[in-house]
Amino acid sequence: MLRFWFSCGCFHGTKRSTNLGDMSNTHATAGAPRTLAEKVWDDHVIVRGENGQPDLIYIDLHLVHEVTSPQAFDGLRLADRPVHRLDLTIATEDHNTPTINIDREIAEPTSRAQIEALRKNAAEFGVRLHSLGDAEQGIVHVVGPQLGLTMPGITVVCGDSHTSTHGAFGAMAFGIGTSEVEHVLATQTLPLKPFKTMAINVDGTLRPGVTAKDIILAVIAKIGTGGGQGYVLEYRGSAIRDLSMEGRMTICNMSIEAGARAGMVAPDETTYEYVKGRPHAPQGADWDEAVAYWKTLPTDEGATFDAEVFINADELEPFVTWGTNPGQGVSLSGRVPNPAEITDEHERHAAERALEYMDLNPGTPLKDIEVDAVFMGSCTNSRIEDLRAFTSIIKGKKKADGVRVMVVPGSARVRLQAEAEGLDKIIKDFGAEWRFAGCSMCLGMNPDQLEPGERCASTSNRNFEGRQGSGSRTHLVSPLVAAATAIRGTLSSPWDLEADKSKGA
Amino acid sequence: MEKVNHIHGVAVPLRRSNVDTDQIIPAVFLKRITKTGYDDALFAAWRQDPAFILNQPEYASPSVLVTGPDFGTGSSREHAVWALRDFGFKAVLSPKFGDIFRGNAGKQGLLAAQLSEQDIEEIWATLEARPGMAIDISLESQTVTVGEKTFTFDIDEYTRWRLLEGYDDIALTLRNEAAITDFEKQRPNWMPKTIPAKA
Repeated sequence: MLRFWFSCGCFHGTKRSTNLGDMSNTHATAGAPRTLAEKVWDDHVIVRGENGQPDLIYIDLHLVHEVTSPQAFDGLRLADRPVHRLDLTIATEDHNTPTINIDREIAEPTSRAQIEALRKNAAEFGVRLHSLGDAEQGIVHVVGPQLGLTMPGITVVCGDSHTSTHGAFGAMAFGIGTSEVEHVLATQTLPLKPFKTMAINVDGTLRPGVTAKDIILAVIAKIGTGGGQGYVLEYRGSAIRDLSMEGRMTICNMSIEAGARAGMVAPDETTYEYVKGRPHAPQGADWDEAVAYWKTLPTDEGATFDAEVFINADELEPFVTWGTNPGQGVSLSGRVPNPAEITDEHERHAAERALEYMDLNPGTPLKDIEVDAVFMGSCTNSRIEDLRAFTSIIKGKKKADGVRVMVVPGSARVRLQAEAEGLDKIIKDFGAEWRFAGCSMCLGMNPDQLEPGERCASTSNRNFEGRQGSGSRTHLVSPLVAAATAIRGTLSSPWDLEADKSKGA
Repeated sequence: MEKVNHIHGVAVPLRRSNVDTDQIIPAVFLKRITKTGYDDALFAAWRQDPAFILNQPEYASPSVLVTGPDFGTGSSREHAVWALRDFGFKAVLSPKFGDIFRGNAGKQGLLAAQLSEQDIEEIWATLEARPGMAIDISLESQTVTVGEKTFTFDIDEYTRWRLLEGYDDIALTLRNEAAITDFEKQRPNWMPKTIPAKA
């Protein structure tokens, strides 16, 4: 069934050691088979580090939001430094923005101060900013791809751990801290130590009702929340090839929940089709040149990964988390695990604590768990395809009594498109709230929070204690499971709706 | 970042060990959006006590903090260094520093000098006998002069070089400016470009 092993040590490091002192920008390893990640890395090395020093890497696209940027701009101001490449920098407001009454002043002082600081900094330094109310405003990881700024073979950074999302295009994309944000603003580069590579092979065909979200939750449950640490993950195999760009973004988005700073998918026709024609996509001869280059990026035959994981897509079911980290998940048809049966002592204690926090008993069927709320949104699952999937299930139905259902599009553009397709009407008729774009209840930096003790089926990425509000309890699910749960009031998948129908329920 | 070499100023004998970054700056100050102006946050809890040493008039404008072992342990917050810097401290002397704090200090131009516990004890005794006395530090010769007596301190060679040259992380990278410019010249035209708000 599922196999998982780590092969050798640090392949990349071994290769590097033969090239110490190579200060040129040529590919130090030209000729040897390389992985996608190694190719993108090699093409962005400005100066190769010697004697264990980091490589200096060029950054093609820097995404900025209000939470992690104020002190970075302040640092530039202190040192009297400009933004080195305004044309490779773009900002949006997302973490703190309200999703109702967006024309009113933000009430919470810290939230308002962060938004106001970004507006002031963007104006002073000349950074393009898509503010609340702008048609291009939205979650930074939805906005980049939507504008056609995210494309294969580039390096993308942002002061946000879910920057791994952009790896879905075959870009090298990862989250950075505030000091690094300042560094990129000032130099458009980062000193970085090389990484190891891990192949996540997902072969087979997903059954109807099983989605990209279920793949990544299964991957994290398999390798653990620290399994990807030090690695760049490459998602491969027929099930990944069959996914849309939205699905690939969902998977790469949660690479960080497996401990990996970056996750990637090799570009193919699906990728080119998605990028083509977007506002910032290359055009004419540039497009042809870009595609010709992008076609050289997939991992070479014979290239080796430092570790490999195998997942059989045929066997996957809708997945759900029961605990307080994204690795604590099982198939929805399963039961809450019994900590006493977990052999690893550290994991057993973690499971005991998680069950106490989640107020769950070992052995309880997941499908018996009642929820108070359903959150459909976040940088993991808030794109138009996610909303289409969600509304395909709820269309013509009413939400379960007593369950609060909130639908938050990832960007203003997604909201507009959803409304053009009439999805907002389906959502409102269902009894759900149709909100404006932002990070919203994924992390509750704005007023969208759960009450203490409330339980939520959420399409977001983190089920940490208190993540969706103090004392909140989160079950991570796909948009399809979120929809079925909103209808039945208990954790459910579309398969349960089918079963209800055949029973005449 | 300003070059660091000779420091002359009032030294504060802080007879405490295991001063973690939560004591240096409590978490409540982390919500701020600036990188400066943290002087009010430094040791905020301890400064509630009128008897705390930094509340004494002799120590109104100090430059050097002389403290016990394991200074700067705990949370990685860079704010700890900012708060010390904004209060006016140019150097901290201790028998042992938290690793992350020591790294952050080097990047922000705050000298973290390591002396033996015996030397720190001796410096404390001298400073306490003459409250508000100034001392001299030379990074070049790695010495601290307190009254008639001179002590030597340890600092790793790389951090010493950075401080003497005044290199923060960005300045270090900008030493490769020519290579960055050359790299930028050969970037293909199809790569993404945003529309800046101003040119």
